[in-house]
Amino acid sequence: MTQPFIHTENLCFSYKDSEGAGEHPALKGISVDINAGEYVAVLGHNGSGKSTFAKLLNLILEPSSGVLCINGMNLTEGEIDDEQLMELRRNVGMVFQNPDNQLVATVVEEDVAFGPENLGVPQEELRRRVDDALDVVGMREYAKHEPHRLSGGQKQRVAIAGMIAMMPKCIIFDESTAMLDPGGRREVLDTIRMLNREHGITVLNITHYMNEAAEADRVLVINDGLLLTQGTPNEVFSDRALLLSAGLEVPQCSEVVLELREGGIAIEGEDIASLQGCADMIARAYATR
Amino acid sequence: MKGISFGQYYPASSVFHRMDPRAKIILAVLYIVSTFLCKNVLSFAALTISALLLVILSRIPLRIMLRSLRPILFIVVFTSAINIFATRGAHRLTPEHWWLAIYEEGLWNALFMVLRIVCLILSTSIFLTYTTTPVSLANALERLLSPLKRIKIPVHDFAMMMTIALRFIPTLSEETEKIMNAQKARGANFTTGSLFARAKALIPILVPLFVSAFNRAFELATAMECRCYHGGEGRTQLNVLHYRASDFVAILLLVGFGVGLWFLNRVDFLYRLG
Repeated sequence: MTQPFIHTENLCFSYKDSEGAGEHPALKGISVDINAGEYVAVLGHNGSGKSTFAKLLNLILEPSSGVLCINGMNLTEGEIDDEQLMELRRNVGMVFQNPDNQLVATVVEEDVAFGPENLGVPQEELRRRVDDALDVVGMREYAKHEPHRLSGGQKQRVAIAGMIAMMPKCIIFDESTAMLDPGGRREVLDTIRMLNREHGITVLNITHYMNEAAEADRVLVINDGLLLTQGTPNEVFSDRALLLSAGLEVPQCSEVVLELREGGIAIEGEDIASLQGCADMIARAYATR
Repeated sequence: MKGISFGQYYPASSVFHRMDPRAKIILAVLYIVSTFLCKNVLSFAALTISALLLVILSRIPLRIMLRSLRPILFIVVFTSAINIFATRGAHRLTPEHWWLAIYEEGLWNALFMVLRIVCLILSTSIFLTYTTTPVSLANALERLLSPLKRIKIPVHDFAMMMTIALRFIPTLSEETEKIMNAQKARGANFTTGSLFARAKALIPILVPLFVSAFNRAFELATAMECRCYHGGEGRTQLNVLHYRASDFVAILLLVGFGVGLWFLNRVDFLYRLG
């Protein structure tokens, strides 16, 4: 891996006023590299620009300035023709927040087939891809069901299957768990992790849940259109003051450890992001007291 | 409202349920033509028998079948009244000096009209609405009308719109219920008052419903773009429709039926339409 899968340099984007006069900068220069096979969480509070960042990555929105290279293709240099755009969107899939507003067909399997159908995949391969994709997310038995009868988590898994059927290299989850109940959120997160670990798909999870970010290899924190900090979840969650300045709060377990440390209790260890890690660290500190 | 079923599709296993939806559209058209071919007592008798056969073959309970006739009850009564009272003929049934003039021809005409309308409705509901889901109907229409693409009629786009509309009916009806509950919780009243007052009470439901429908439309459009949607060009399909031999047999049978009716029309028996 010499070349990162996603490479941005000083990426900027501004929303135009309805009159077209004023501009509202949403991204003010983000430079980041994401390697193939990484699981990256993008954190930020509402209006921080994290969703805008996601939408730039498959050119739903066009960058105002800066450099954006995906999979070795420079998207900010010269005109992009329709074929390149299709290729890009095939490679970089996107799952949105509201499961109801991204399912097109009235039968689950036909919805999963929608993407590859658009790509013109021949029928036999289409059938195989749809079945495989439904197997991956564990929704094969619902192939003939109507989407509106499924639970939120199941709908979101169908949406993910719709992406997998296009065989993307990377999937961006734009707050895909925000509208789900805890059970559904767990289902989707497990699916996301499995896709990354077992199928080698690069994952970008845009979220404002800290616990979700803790599951990633790397966390990017975006605040006010700028990249505030990045690092492993353990590194990022150690700096509570910085996260607070971005309107974010560290997970409760990390907060306990940090508060204890502030209170003068020596707790050794780095594993601050996960609940299990925090519990172990506190237990160890208690044992060696 | 979760279990809402749109259209009148009645799930069962019959020859018509298994038939290719395109073949059913063709059959429906052929049958409509047949009902208008009928001219005399014999052909109308044959038509009635064929309609009964369709009902039996479709395995749809009579009770549900009759439900489809309820909306046309008024038309049936109205046309038969017009036919009975307005037809003039040679055989007067009421005494000469009565103001009410009813002729034998009028009664025949009324009977024929009623049979024609009833058979028309029964057959189209069996072929199309009762045994075919709206989605496969949309799919079949797209296929059947695809030659029109050559004269630049956006057949695929219309079919896509229809499928999406069908997909969002349950979603939007759930949403309507949610909004209504929200308004009720704040004291809105939809059930009492004059018709005007009730219609006015619907405005606070329609406005948020429209706003949300537009938002959904925008989001769906973005999601479709992300999934490389670019119109009907170069698209393949997961479930392709296949005609089977039985579909052709059914179409041939119905054509034969039409020809038979034409022959029956030539036999002079009791009465024929003028």
